[in-house]
Amino acid sequence: MLDIFKSPVLSIQEFFLLAGRTFRSVPRRPHYLNDIFLQMDTIGVGSLPIVLLTGFFSGIVMALQMSKALRTYGAVSQTGPIVAIVLVREMGPVLTAIVVAGRNASGIASELGSMKVTEQIDAMRALGTDPIQKLVKPRLIATCLMLPCLTAIADFVGICGGYLIAYFLLSLTTSEYWNGAYRALDYVDMTEGLVKPFIFAIVISLVGCFYGLRTSGGTQGVGRATTQAVVVASVWIFVLTAFIAKIFIAL
Amino acid sequence: MPDSVLRFERVTVSFDGNPAIEDVSFDIPAGESRIVLGAAASGKSVLLKTAIGLLRPDHGRVFLFGQDITGLKVRELSDLRARIGMLFQESALFDSLTIEENVAYPLENQRSIRCPAEEVHARVEESLRFVELEHTLEKFPSELSGGMRRRVGIARANVTEPDVVLYDSPTAGLDPITANNIMALIVKERDVRKATTVMVTQRFQDGQIMTKYRYDPRSQSLERASGNGASIAGIRFLVMKEGRLVFEGAEEELEKSTDPYISKFVLRH
Ligand SMILES: Nc1ncnc2c1ncn2[C@@H]1O[C@H](COP(=O)(O)OP(=O)(O)OP(=O)(O)O)[C@@H](O)[C@H]1O
Ligand SMILES: [Mg+2]
Repeated sequence: MLDIFKSPVLSIQEFFLLAGRTFRSVPRRPHYLNDIFLQMDTIGVGSLPIVLLTGFFSGIVMALQMSKALRTYGAVSQTGPIVAIVLVREMGPVLTAIVVAGRNASGIASELGSMKVTEQIDAMRALGTDPIQKLVKPRLIATCLMLPCLTAIADFVGICGGYLIAYFLLSLTTSEYWNGAYRALDYVDMTEGLVKPFIFAIVISLVGCFYGLRTSGGTQGVGRATTQAVVVASVWIFVLTAFIAKIFIAL
Repeated sequence: MPDSVLRFERVTVSFDGNPAIEDVSFDIPAGESRIVLGAAASGKSVLLKTAIGLLRPDHGRVFLFGQDITGLKVRELSDLRARIGMLFQESALFDSLTIEENVAYPLENQRSIRCPAEEVHARVEESLRFVELEHTLEKFPSELSGGMRRRVGIARANVTEPDVVLYDSPTAGLDPITANNIMALIVKERDVRKATTVMVTQRFQDGQIMTKYRYDPRSQSLERASGNGASIAGIRFLVMKEGRLVFEGAEEELEKSTDPYISKFVLRH
C-alpha cells in the first residue's frame, strides 16, 4: 500500500533537492552569461508572438463575456476595470505561464533529456562543468527575467483588445475605458500580477530541467519526459495561482 | 612500487538494487595500461563511469591518483577529473557546439587547466590534426560520420594532455579499416604522451594492437613492439562477466585460459 506513494514522494524529494542546489548555485561563479542570454532569447523573444496572440484574444473574449453579464445590471461602463483586474491579477499571468510551459518546459525537458540519453550530461561533468551551473541555472534565471516581462506585455495587449470591443461594440468612449482600467488597478494588483509570473517561472524552468535531467530509456524516454514536464508544470501553475490569489485577496 | 593511478577496492554499483558491477577490485600502477573485455551489459561502461566519479559506488572505494574519491566534493573531484580524458561509448559530443568548440570545451571549462585564451585555438587544431580532422573545425557533430565523431571524441579526450585516458568501446560498430585507424590513434596517443590507457572493447584484435604495437615517431606509423611477437610489459587484460571481474592478466595468460567464457574473447588462429 505504501509503495504507491513511495515513488511520487521520492520524486518530490528529488525535485526539491534539485531546486535547492540550483538556488544555491545562483550567486556562485561561473555564471555562463552567454547561456543566460541565449535562453532569454529562446524563452522571451521566441514566445513573444504566441503570448501577444493569447493576450490579445483573452482581452477580447473577456470584454465580450463581461459586457453581457454587466448589461443585466446596467453597468457596461465597468468593462474597463473588470477586464483590467481580471487580466492583471489572473488571466495574464496564468495564460502566459501556460503558453510558456507548453513551449519551454517541453523544450527544456526535451533538450536536456536528449543530452542525458546521449551521455552529454555525463560528458559535461567529466569535462569539469556542473550541469546545474551550466544548464539549469541559466534556464531558471532567463525564465524568471522573461516571464514577468511577457506577462506585462500580455496584460497590456489584452487590455487593448478589451478596448477595441468596448469602443466598437459597447460604444464606450476611449477615456471611459482607459480611465476605468487605470483607476481600477492598485499596487496590490500589480504586485500579485508580477509575483505570480516570477513563481511560475521557477516552476516552469525547474520542472522542465528536472524531467529532462532524469530522463532514461532512449528517445522514447525523451518523449515521456517532455509530456510529463508540460503536464506537471501546468497543473502546478493552476494550483499555485489559487494559493497566491488566496493570499493576496486576504491582503 | 610505482604510484597507483586508479584502484578499485571491492566496488559495487547498483541501479534500483540490481548490481551492474559487483565486488570489483583492481589496481593500475602509473605507466601501465589495461584492456577491458566483456559481453554486452557486463558492466564495462559502468566501470569507467565509476572510475571518474560519474557513478557512486554503493560499496567499496575508488582511488584516483591515490586519493579516495568516494567522499570528495564536486570541486575536488572535478580537479582530479581534469587529469583524466574520457571517450564515451557514443562519443557524447555536444551537438549544440561546433567541433572546434567541442574540443576546446575541456580547455575552457576545467578550472585547474587554465589554458590561456589565445592558445586554445592552436591546441584544438593540433589535437584535431592528430586525428586528421583539422578541416572539420566549423562543422557540427551531426554532420560527421560515426567514425569521425569517435575521432573527435578522442581529440577531446586528449586535448588537455591528461595522465590517464579512458576509452569506452572506441571501435564498436565501425568497419575494420576505420577501427584499425582508431586503434592506431589510441596507441599513438599512448606512446607519444606516455599516458596510462584504459580501453573497453569487445574486439580482442584491439587488445592485440595495444599489446603488440608501438608508435614509431620516425616513420610516424605503428611498428611491432618486438620481433618475436611478445607483448609490451605492463599491459594487462581485464575480463568482465555479469558485473564481476573474472580475469586479470597478461595476453599470454588470457590465451591459455580454458574458461569457456573467457576463451570466447580470444581470437583463435
Ligand atoms: N543509468 C543506468 N540505469 C539503470 N541501469 C543501468 C544504467 N547504466 C547501466 N545500467 C545497467 O548496468 C548493466 C551494465 O551496463 P553497462 O553499460 O556497463 O554495460 P556494458 O558492459 O558497457 O555493455 P556494452 O558492451 O553493450 O556497452 C546493464 O545491465 C545495464 O542495464
Ligand atoms: Mg558500454
